[in-house]
Amino acid sequence: MKNIVILGAGTGGTMVANKLAHDLSPNEWKITIVDKDPRHFYQPGFLFIPFGIYTANDVIKPKKNFLPSTVNYVIGEIEIIEPAQTQVTLTDGSVLPYDYLVIATGTRLAPEEIEGMMGDGWYKNIFDFYTLEGATLLAKHLDKWQGGRLVVNVAEMPIKCPVAPLEFLFLADWYFTEKGMRDKVELIYATPLPGAFTKPVSTAVLQSTLDDKDIRVETEFDIMEVDNETQVIRSYDEREVAYDLLVTIPTNMGAKAIINSGLGNELGFVPTDPRTLQSKHHENIFVIGDAANVPTSKAGSVVHFELETVIENIKNHMAGLPLEPTFDGHANCFIESGHGKAYLIDFNYETQPLMGHYPIPRVGPFTLLEETRANHLGKLGFKWAYWNMMLKARPMLVSNQMSMAGKVPVSEN
Amino acid sequence: MTSPNILENVTFDSDGFLEDYLDWTPDIAEGIAAEEGIVLTDRHYIVINYARKIFAETGDAPTMRGITKNTDVSTKELYALFPKGPAKKAARIAGLKKPTGCI
Ligand SMILES: Cc1cc2nc3c(=O)[nH]c(=O)nc-3n(C[C@H](O)[C@H](O)[C@H](O)COP(=O)(O)OP(=O)(O)OC[C@H]3O[C@@H](n4cnc5c(N)ncnc54)[C@H](O)[C@@H]3O)c2cc1C
Repeated sequence: MKNIVILGAGTGGTMVANKLAHDLSPNEWKITIVDKDPRHFYQPGFLFIPFGIYTANDVIKPKKNFLPSTVNYVIGEIEIIEPAQTQVTLTDGSVLPYDYLVIATGTRLAPEEIEGMMGDGWYKNIFDFYTLEGATLLAKHLDKWQGGRLVVNVAEMPIKCPVAPLEFLFLADWYFTEKGMRDKVELIYATPLPGAFTKPVSTAVLQSTLDDKDIRVETEFDIMEVDNETQVIRSYDEREVAYDLLVTIPTNMGAKAIINSGLGNELGFVPTDPRTLQSKHHENIFVIGDAANVPTSKAGSVVHFELETVIENIKNHMAGLPLEPTFDGHANCFIESGHGKAYLIDFNYETQPLMGHYPIPRVGPFTLLEETRANHLGKLGFKWAYWNMMLKARPMLVSNQMSMAGKVPVSEN
Repeated sequence: MTSPNILENVTFDSDGFLEDYLDWTPDIAEGIAAEEGIVLTDRHYIVINYARKIFAETGDAPTMRGITKNTDVSTKELYALFPKGPAKKAARIAGLKKPTGCI
């Protein structure tokens, strides 16, 4: 009997477990999956919690509901991975030997990376919404908040779901408008990027939406520290942005176990071949999702598009066949823009976000790079698809590789 | 001081980054630095040499975090040495391609 060990039972690990359990013979392969937390979070739902649209109940389900009974599910914290010994040790001392390892440990939020972030104001007038705890406490705070300067700050790139901070601002604009207090709130976005988003075309579209909603953007802002006393954030080039309420997207890093095992880059993400998704340093290690350092967005949709490449290449490697370079960096994201509307963008390693209809050329129902009500319903429908289709690795309407049919590339200027 | 003319003998891409990093010489570095209003010191060279080494190994310029973790230059000093976007500016002066950065 040979062993496949999957590290992390979030979006990626769960999908890999389902697919491998389906494809591999149980007489030949023992599949084990490890995670420290028995709760599966629907993370895209965290965005809606601060505004009272979702509560914790909408975003948590037991992990075991999504894992096949034939898979050995271990609840435990990974301490160290030793590729030379081909084994993983958990904090309780148990050892899991492997023939193949799939790393799916995602990202970890590291607010402690920024001086003063976790000072006196933490969870008083400084919140994150990338954790359930932060999003829930922020909902309570916003409910009673009388207004002032709300600053959303991205500490450092890359972050998972890079559109989420913008969506937060769009929803905040809507939320305060509905409450009849938009005139009492200043909305500011301080980002290390040179524009509103990472891709020039979407930046242009999104910038005009920010202008329409009267949201000010402070670009190329690399935060150095939070001054809890005077309530300002300060950048390395000595700019200051004052806040009454600071919503931070803290530094996103890889799991500590990855760093301690010497498997990560400076942020703890695993150097991975961007096309085959094999580890650059160990041929029996594959990486899926946010844990990989591949140059595309860290997003659930990306994990979904990566799945087939990871599974096929594990099977190719088992059979002694060459790996297929089939992953093209495909990402798509709905961008919730408030007032019941949303954008949809679709891109890969080579191609900028495109105009057109998705997933069926010229029909849709979703419209790329345009603000529509159907896109908003698509975003909400994503929750259903996530719980019921994606995690079980059931086929969905969308294809892994990006299709150019029905799409018009937008010029960069 | 080197005359900026030295930059006329090499080609730059549309982002203003050297087309071929093997064309780079310290004189070219000084020429680009002068355009950026920077006078190069030994401290700049710690960053430049590290960036060139990483580029030769990986094909990509290092991030700010990569630089500060693997040299004795702190983020604060990095900003003083290469004001406004240190990772990008250091890459340009080191004759490298624009860092792919983040998506
Ligand atoms: C606010 C927000 C909004 C988002 N919106 C969207 C969206 O609209 N669309 C979209 O496509 N994506 C969105 N995302 C991103 C998406 O949720 C992630 O990209 C996706 O879940 C990544 O999957 P993963 O398997 O790589 O990691 P995860 O799903 O995060 O799973 C990692 C797992 O590893 C486990 N783990 C880590 N370290 C250890 C250890 N040492 N021991 C044991 N277990 C460990 C964790 O407990 C976790 O269960 C959003 C994310 C956030 C935070």
